[in-house]
Amino acid sequence: MCRLGGVLAVALLLAGCSASQWPVLHPDGPIAATQRTLLFTAFGLMLIVVVPVWVLTVIVLTRFRASRNSDDYHPNWQSNTVDAVVWIGPAVIVLAIGALVWDYTHKLDPYKPLDLSKTPLEIQVVAQDWKWLFVYPDQDVAVVNELVLPVDRPVTFKITSDTVMNSFYIPGLAGQIYAMAGMQSQLNVIAVKPGTFTGRNTQYSGSGFSDQQFAVKAVSEDDFEAWLKVVRASPDRLNAKAYADLAKPSEKVPVKYYAGAKEGLFASIIEKYASHYFHDRETDTN
Amino acid sequence: MLGKLSWDALPLYSWVAFSGAAMEVLAAVAVVAIITYLRAWRYLWTEWLTSVDHKRIGIMYTVLALVMLLRGFADAIMMRTQQAVAYDSQGYLPPDHFDQVFSAHGTIMIFFMAMPFLTGLINFVVPQQIGARDVAFPFLNSVSLWLTASGAGLVLASLVIGKFSTAGWTAYPPYSGIEYSPDVGVDYWLWAVILSGVGTTLTGINFLVTILKRRAPGMTLMRMPLFTWTALVVSLLIVFAFPAVTVAGGLLGLDRYLGMHFFTNDGGGNMMNYINLIWIWGHPEVYILILPAFGIFSEIVSTFSRKRLFGYASLVYATAAIGLLSFTVWLHHFFTMGSSANVNAFFGIMTMIIAVPTGVKVFDWLFTMYRGRIEMSVPMLWTIGFIVTFVIGGMSGVLLAIPPVDYLMHNSTFLVAHFHNMLIPGALFGYFAGYMYWFPKAFGFKLDDTWGRRAFWLWISGFYLAFMPLYVLGFMGMSRRMEHYDMPGWQPWLIVAALGAFLIAAGIACMIIQLYVSVKNREALADTTGDPWGGRTLEWATASPPAPYNFARIPVVHDRDELIWRKEHGEGADKDDIATPIELPENTGHGVIIGIVGGILGFAMIWHIWWLAVVSLVAILATIVMRSFQDEGERDLTDSDVSALEKRGSGPLVGY
Repeated sequence: MCRLGGVLAVALLLAGCSASQWPVLHPDGPIAATQRTLLFTAFGLMLIVVVPVWVLTVIVLTRFRASRNSDDYHPNWQSNTVDAVVWIGPAVIVLAIGALVWDYTHKLDPYKPLDLSKTPLEIQVVAQDWKWLFVYPDQDVAVVNELVLPVDRPVTFKITSDTVMNSFYIPGLAGQIYAMAGMQSQLNVIAVKPGTFTGRNTQYSGSGFSDQQFAVKAVSEDDFEAWLKVVRASPDRLNAKAYADLAKPSEKVPVKYYAGAKEGLFASIIEKYASHYFHDRETDTN
Repeated sequence: MLGKLSWDALPLYSWVAFSGAAMEVLAAVAVVAIITYLRAWRYLWTEWLTSVDHKRIGIMYTVLALVMLLRGFADAIMMRTQQAVAYDSQGYLPPDHFDQVFSAHGTIMIFFMAMPFLTGLINFVVPQQIGARDVAFPFLNSVSLWLTASGAGLVLASLVIGKFSTAGWTAYPPYSGIEYSPDVGVDYWLWAVILSGVGTTLTGINFLVTILKRRAPGMTLMRMPLFTWTALVVSLLIVFAFPAVTVAGGLLGLDRYLGMHFFTNDGGGNMMNYINLIWIWGHPEVYILILPAFGIFSEIVSTFSRKRLFGYASLVYATAAIGLLSFTVWLHHFFTMGSSANVNAFFGIMTMIIAVPTGVKVFDWLFTMYRGRIEMSVPMLWTIGFIVTFVIGGMSGVLLAIPPVDYLMHNSTFLVAHFHNMLIPGALFGYFAGYMYWFPKAFGFKLDDTWGRRAFWLWISGFYLAFMPLYVLGFMGMSRRMEHYDMPGWQPWLIVAALGAFLIAAGIACMIIQLYVSVKNREALADTTGDPWGGRTLEWATASPPAPYNFARIPVVHDRDELIWRKEHGEGADKDDIATPIELPENTGHGVIIGIVGGILGFAMIWHIWWLAVVSLVAILATIVMRSFQDEGERDLTDSDVSALEKRGSGPLVGY
């Protein structure tokens, strides 16, 4: 038990030293920050049950060892009161955490738009073997393995896969959500200060999986415009043929810019697999 | 003629794979050579392989589990060393090989280590605990064993012939579909799981009937020992949960073999249907693994505290509640699929509710020790190690059950640390405790104490060193199943984790030495009474090892701790016991044949050798038909047989 305490203490200490190494404990986005606070709260609540277990273990083992030959030996001891307490105690804690769960699961629903006063930036995310394609439909640019977001503007990711199931994850900014072929999932995030993060696929997807990561840059609105200019200066366009080439399995793919993408590319990737079964939770009845 | 099978199937793609295969073949040759040298084939066949005695079947299950533990652990230590060195380099395992290793590790540890281990212990102990002479269906029991063994055989064969799956132990489609995994690897996984799954389902039915119908007179449900209670709940879980994995595997097989579209990306398939099905089995499966260990801990805590279990009824209701709730939480394995907040919150809260009966159990064990006289025997050490460590896993489990937290921690090494924290202290330590606790009952001598203690301390410190760093790495954003990485901050933690794995290796070595030393000193360690620990339940009322029929007279049960009751009532406590004629089922080779031919059927399907598949299927059906026409199959023991067997008493047997 001391070991866990030790490890946690070291972890928290190091978290203070270098934030970028500890994206989960030291997040930069409000979503991830709330998720982390929730983690700490639940952890604290559980210690109310777990610490007594450790303390009781130590007490029982020191007081009731056979070698001590204690007089306090009652081979048939039972107690309804104690029995009731051991049910009620954990139940109360679980009730408390359960209430938190209901509340925060709704608050932090990844599908929920974040700041209704601002129009969110839409970014379409396509998982491929073994890289990530980001299409900015309103800006008409597409990028491979680099994600640039303007600070203080909510972002809505529309996510699908053009291969096996992937999971789209930016630990410093928000949680993850699966990318599934023929379906569209969604994740809303907001970055509140400039910074660089690493995002990756966490769902094992084949031999290129370990390198399937991308840089995430949260930048000011001006830097975002400047970056868009650089992308638009690229000679390449993501037309049908360029997309077909890109979609072939490849590993450790360097960042690549496309000035413009084929109209309706994202929808066509989904429809390729599920023309009649277009799945989006917004259109489902639940 | 040989389907897809050709010389290319030999593991010549990497020196690591080749040496692994070579070691496995050499080990097999060595075992065959030793048996031949000892001229033990006939003995092995007539006394063991064809046995329908639940005790021998239990022992064979346990041997299978321990052998597979070695294989599964070899995979584990390969992964740990690979990740310890693979910072900014490829390490020594190419991705294709690393992926087979983690898939094989999970598959082996769940299906072919933990399942046979708990089935072995249940087989050996439960009929004795309920005062029965055998299980309800002894022949079915043999079929179960051999189907499980042939599944294990297929996984072992994949190391030498062809490759194993790279799709992880749950084989998520569409990756495991034919489009993305055209090799035979997934088929090896599929047939190994289906064969052993059928075996396990039969075991579930067998023990459900045995426990409900074969209890000694006087043993009401609420007088059953806790281990028997957990075995009953586990049997129910098996009967209800295993069809789901069989169906999921079957549909995946239809996709792969006949080009259907249950789980493919296109053609109307939906991979999430598979993922739902596999976890509708997979979550109850976690409790199938853990509940028997809870039963074992209950027996051990009570025995070595010299005290009646505290809160017996609570423990029973908690067991039943866990069993029921285990079917209501499967979605927590994929909160991240994008279901609505209502759905996620529901499954999150249901998951946490399981923490309540589990917490109750932990406190009940502690209060059993309270006001007792605790003897720190080796089985008790495993139990204490479990209690102290398991609650950490419980905490990380509740954290993962909070959907917004799970969005951060899903698929990370935090998750890997969590489920190992549940399954190593929670399940495996329990099986080890049970193995060391009931060993004298099986063989008539105790296991060496000193080497047992060494094994425990190495295991538990190895466990902390190996898995606490994985919790930390989860906070650093490390995903599971990474073959290499470019984050310098991760490496120190992974090196510590690898050291932990080496400590566990030393712990395993201690257990092998323990076995050797104990066999050598078996006269000194002999259990001459049948009750070496001062036991409380009926299995300690038989001789060690017990006669084939366990009880010459069927015991009549008066109390929950029947043996304590008998000790307290002294002479004449057994006056009610009922003498009935003893009928023993005769050994039969049919179970072995069904198992082996089942394995051949699987192998033929894996390699598309269709004629062989048809032949083996017909052979299995013919064996079943032949068996069903057999009128004999039991033999009645005469009084002189019984008194000869009873005269032997307890103690190590030569040649048992």
